[in-house]
Amino acid sequence: MILLINICKEKLHYYEFVKPIEDILKKENIKYFTRRYKEIENEDLEEAEKIMICGTSLKDNDFIENINYFLWVKNFKKPLLGICGGMQIIGLIFGGKLKKKTEIGFYSEDFKKEFLGIFGKQEVYHLHNNSVSFGKDFEEFTESRINQAVKHKKKEIYGVLFHPEVRQKDLIINFCNK
Amino acid sequence: MKLGILFSGGKDSTYAAYLARQGGNEISCLITIKSENKESFMFHIPSIEQTKKQAEVMEIPLLIARTKGEKEKELLDLEKAIEKAKKKYKIEGIVTGAVESVYQSSRIQKICDALGLKCINPLWKKNQIQLLTELIANKFEVIITGVFAEPLDEGWLGRKIDEKFIEDIKKMQEKYKISPSGEGGELESFVLNCPLFKRKLEIKSFKDFGEKNSWIREIKVE
Repeated sequence: MILLINICKEKLHYYEFVKPIEDILKKENIKYFTRRYKEIENEDLEEAEKIMICGTSLKDNDFIENINYFLWVKNFKKPLLGICGGMQIIGLIFGGKLKKKTEIGFYSEDFKKEFLGIFGKQEVYHLHNNSVSFGKDFEEFTESRINQAVKHKKKEIYGVLFHPEVRQKDLIINFCNK
Repeated sequence: MKLGILFSGGKDSTYAAYLARQGGNEISCLITIKSENKESFMFHIPSIEQTKKQAEVMEIPLLIARTKGEKEKELLDLEKAIEKAKKKYKIEGIVTGAVESVYQSSRIQKICDALGLKCINPLWKKNQIQLLTELIANKFEVIITGVFAEPLDEGWLGRKIDEKFIEDIKKMQEKYKISPSGEGGELESFVLNCPLFKRKLEIKSFKDFGEKNSWIREIKVE
């Protein structure tokens, strides 16, 4: 069972940032349940085999102001994938810092190593106003000057700054089926 | 939240407006861009003048902006229109009916970001058959007003989006890769009635233009 975490402050943004991922999982017959980030209980974290933290909109910084809701990430031992805002959360919890960086639309990113089934040049969809730094515990997988796709060196913790639900649906499926 | 709807009068922008209202938001205005360029990259919409009638039956102010429809210049015209809506109606965000087009949605995202507005796309990446099914379930009366892809022809003009339409367009999708909701520019639609309307609009007259696999039905409603 996959836990999808909705970090959108505005309810309408659920349709844009969470539902497309739910639809991908439904189509692949992957079981999931969704929770808003402020409503997550310990039982949810225990029940989940894997977790995805979905992204949110450009103007939504609610999750940054409430980063303490994500302290569980630091000691989480099961696979975790953070998408855009979700990646920023992982970075912040592991001591990273946010830096203003706006990218909107399609960009070409070069994956120097295989990342959840993705390799080589990829056209990815960006929608963010921040990037996030990571320490030595994490490895970056692209040639980009900012972190676009990272993995914890010892844990199954992944982060992507782009939105794989737009062009890299296989990345999401591979994470779930890994 | 006070929202402006980027409104074409077709099924997607109207359904996006409906979802915004269902979510407890206030629809403060509709924004329609009228392009003088029939090949407009962003706003080629048949029967755009009829959005005035739709706005009337929704009892929502309509802001119409005109553009010559030159590739990037029309984005400046859109930005001006959204800025005007922000000042006049104090909107906090813009709602679009974007489903698949990154070209359109990323440009609108940039404009909203620059103007300090939220950009909301409630139909983003939505399964297109599911979208059509939801329109019917939510009592949307929608007709086809334009077809622009082989093998669609004038026989599709005026067709109501109903179960039979979904059945037929699914076949077109399987055989000819036609996008069922017209996201690839294959179809244009017009909403005659939906839960946002105080009364149903009736077609007063229409005229069909086109040839081969490119047809437009220009309608007048009352």
